[in-house]
Amino acid sequence: MTATTIPAAEHADAGHGHHYTTLGLDNRKIAIWTFIGSECMLFASLISTYLIYKGRSIKGPFPHEPWTDPVTNTVYPAILDIPVTSASTFVLLMSSFAMVLALAAVQNKELPKHTMGEKILGSSKLWLWVTCLMGTAFLGFQAFEFTAFIREGLTIRTNLFGSSFFTLTGFHGAHVAVGVCWLFSLLAIDYKRGLRPADATNVDIAALYWHFVDVIWIVIFTLVYLIK
Amino acid sequence: MATIVAAPPYASTATESANTGLWSWLTTVDHKRIGVLYLITALVFFVIGGLEAFLIRAQLAVPNGQVLSADMYNQLFTMHGTTMVFLAIMPLSAAFFNFLIPLQIGARDVAFPRLNAFSYWVYLLGGIFITVPIFFSVAPDGGWFGYAPLSTKQFSPQINMDFWVLGLQILGISSLAAAFNFITTIINMRAPGMHLMRMPIFTWMSFVVQFLVALAFPVITVALVFLQFDRFFGTNFYAIGAGADPLLWQHLFWVFGHPEVYILILPAFGLVSEVLPTFSKKPLFGYPVMVYSGILIGFLGFGVWAHHMFSVGMGPIADAVFSLTTMLIAIPTGVKIFNWMATMWDGQLRFTVAMKFGIALVGMFTIGGISGVMHSSPPADLQQTDTYFIVAHFHYVLFGGSMFGLFAGLYYYFPKISGRFMSESLGNWHFWLSLIGMNLTFFPMHFSGLLGMPRRTYQYDAGQGIELFNMLSTVGTLVLMLGTLFGLINLWKSWKSGERASSNPWGAPTIEWAIPSPPPEHNFDELPKITSRYPLWDLKGTVIAKPTTVAEEAGFKQLTAKQLGIPMPNPSILPLITATGVIVMFSGMLFTDTNQKLAIAIMIGGAVWWIASLYSWLLTPLEDAH
Repeated sequence: MTATTIPAAEHADAGHGHHYTTLGLDNRKIAIWTFIGSECMLFASLISTYLIYKGRSIKGPFPHEPWTDPVTNTVYPAILDIPVTSASTFVLLMSSFAMVLALAAVQNKELPKHTMGEKILGSSKLWLWVTCLMGTAFLGFQAFEFTAFIREGLTIRTNLFGSSFFTLTGFHGAHVAVGVCWLFSLLAIDYKRGLRPADATNVDIAALYWHFVDVIWIVIFTLVYLIK
Repeated sequence: MATIVAAPPYASTATESANTGLWSWLTTVDHKRIGVLYLITALVFFVIGGLEAFLIRAQLAVPNGQVLSADMYNQLFTMHGTTMVFLAIMPLSAAFFNFLIPLQIGARDVAFPRLNAFSYWVYLLGGIFITVPIFFSVAPDGGWFGYAPLSTKQFSPQINMDFWVLGLQILGISSLAAAFNFITTIINMRAPGMHLMRMPIFTWMSFVVQFLVALAFPVITVALVFLQFDRFFGTNFYAIGAGADPLLWQHLFWVFGHPEVYILILPAFGLVSEVLPTFSKKPLFGYPVMVYSGILIGFLGFGVWAHHMFSVGMGPIADAVFSLTTMLIAIPTGVKIFNWMATMWDGQLRFTVAMKFGIALVGMFTIGGISGVMHSSPPADLQQTDTYFIVAHFHYVLFGGSMFGLFAGLYYYFPKISGRFMSESLGNWHFWLSLIGMNLTFFPMHFSGLLGMPRRTYQYDAGQGIELFNMLSTVGTLVLMLGTLFGLINLWKSWKSGERASSNPWGAPTIEWAIPSPPPEHNFDELPKITSRYPLWDLKGTVIAKPTTVAEEAGFKQLTAKQLGIPMPNPSILPLITATGVIVMFSGMLFTDTNQKLAIAIMIGGAVWWIASLYSWLLTPLEDAH
């Protein structure tokens, strides 16, 4: 019965600090992709609910058109402020660009850098800072937006629009906040001992998460803000 | 792409700790030990869920029963369903995922051992969170499906449903973390040569299940978050008066709920697909078709959810589409049934208890499957929905299917888990009483259901022709409980003093049987190199591994991971501490109505607790430097 003898794999797990994986990819990379797949269903549910409830609120304020309260005759303006949110969307999208540069800087940390341009591009601290600050700026925009809406008379309790809008964008904002904390943690490590090419996977998975949160925002911005 | 990947930068901090005692169990990250923890915990919850069922049946034994109040009855049927689905069958499957997947694919552990421990602790603490209220008569009482708006503050003003809303979110964290872990493990930790189409069928079915969990649980999480916001913050998701869609919950719930059905049954299918070939001395008939039909069941499982909602009036088009997809899903399921029969056909059958439970699954699941196809037809479903006919149907697939499959797996794999056999004589009592009790309990429900007896009502009047059927069901429950008692006694006695088992006592074909029983901490001295689907048999089944005996393995000395120089993950208490913080955070929410400041304080405290613990966990290396 030849099949019972199982010879050792040639490279596998020889105990030299290397772990054999089937695909040659790091486990963390696969895990973050499965996590992102799962998150797609989370946001799909939130976005679907928003779309199902679009136009079903029996009282205002409404997202795209002004509303007059029939009882008090108060006029409520259309809630969504597309220019302001366009600005915050731009900031968030640009942060993905900075994130790419941060990852590249970590991956290429050990390459020699001669010119000023190479030094700037090669600074992981700089690009992590830029990403973090842009993410924080997006959260600032969102805080401003939320408080403005509440001032204008829309809370999470007001109507179906308020409930589904604040929950959807709030969930997204919470994801951005987690991402910002994650990136600040990487930045802290960078200051403490310096991020090296060996750390690239850790930066990579944070970057994948960050880009995912960005992509979701493109969907939300289009479906919630731009389409009337 | 290189085949060797750099490990995370491990530093040497942790020290070796003892392998016995309570502390070793609290800190374990060994997938086999976590599997055992899952097994024991899930069996405890199975007994609790069974006692809840017994009280329900005691109330229904005779017309106008007086054993329970209507309120207590509501709590019991809600908790029976919730317990059996989320705290018994899913974690029993998880016990096998944990124990078997790394062994079957030739890995040393799962991809993220500490995350695995975290999943278990969240499950245990979440299970306690959702179970304890029944002892204070404040358990969830809105059904395991928690239909909103019935479960909103307006119609369920008490704290009962808060436990359910929060408890299910907690359990979702556990299942999702486990799903990410196992998907990564199966994709990326297969031994050299373990191609996807060489994977043991149990691992394949588990693989499908993990995708179902990863894609279905976020949907119910969103539904639960909406409900929680409605209950605590006054949002309008399920407020019909504000224009909300009364079907939103039902859609979100069943988009989760139907894949959940396959989450419950596919692991049992996988286990039986391991048991039947071994005891038929024949390879599994049509392995590729078994794999594809499992994938197809998982895929179609996302397209049938609204057959739970035919009675709400979705219109002829939606009814027709969901009716057709439901009938369609019977095809891959039927393929499995026939493949199991073809596996046994002309085989040299050995009727061990594991084999009997496996064969019983094939029969009982088929009965439940056929009654399931009956209500894929909307006109028939309108007659059957919310009657005991439905209860009969899903107990045939969940008890006759899932539980029998899991019992088959338990009797089959117990020697590998513990190094001892389970008793065949006690096992026979367990099997026959379970089989008779199950049929006695659930078969009469077909009749009481078709005669119109509604589910979830705590009393019924005499003179409707359903007294006999109800009495039979209650007697059946007693037989079933007696059978389960035999099973538990068997488990306990065998664990303590069962007959010693060798590495491959059944002559089984897959690689988990090529290592000692119980397996050493590192599973494989050398990672196996896989050249076929059945490494210990040949593919035609003409060369079959002979069962090994304890005597012939007597001289074998298993070296430890340390002696072999194999790096193993260090034990860690941090998963437990992190899980505890998560539970504290969720518990704070319970006080939202009564004491808002206290609620916020507890939630922030819990959040700080688990976040601090998580950072400490992430900054502690998994293994010593090597």
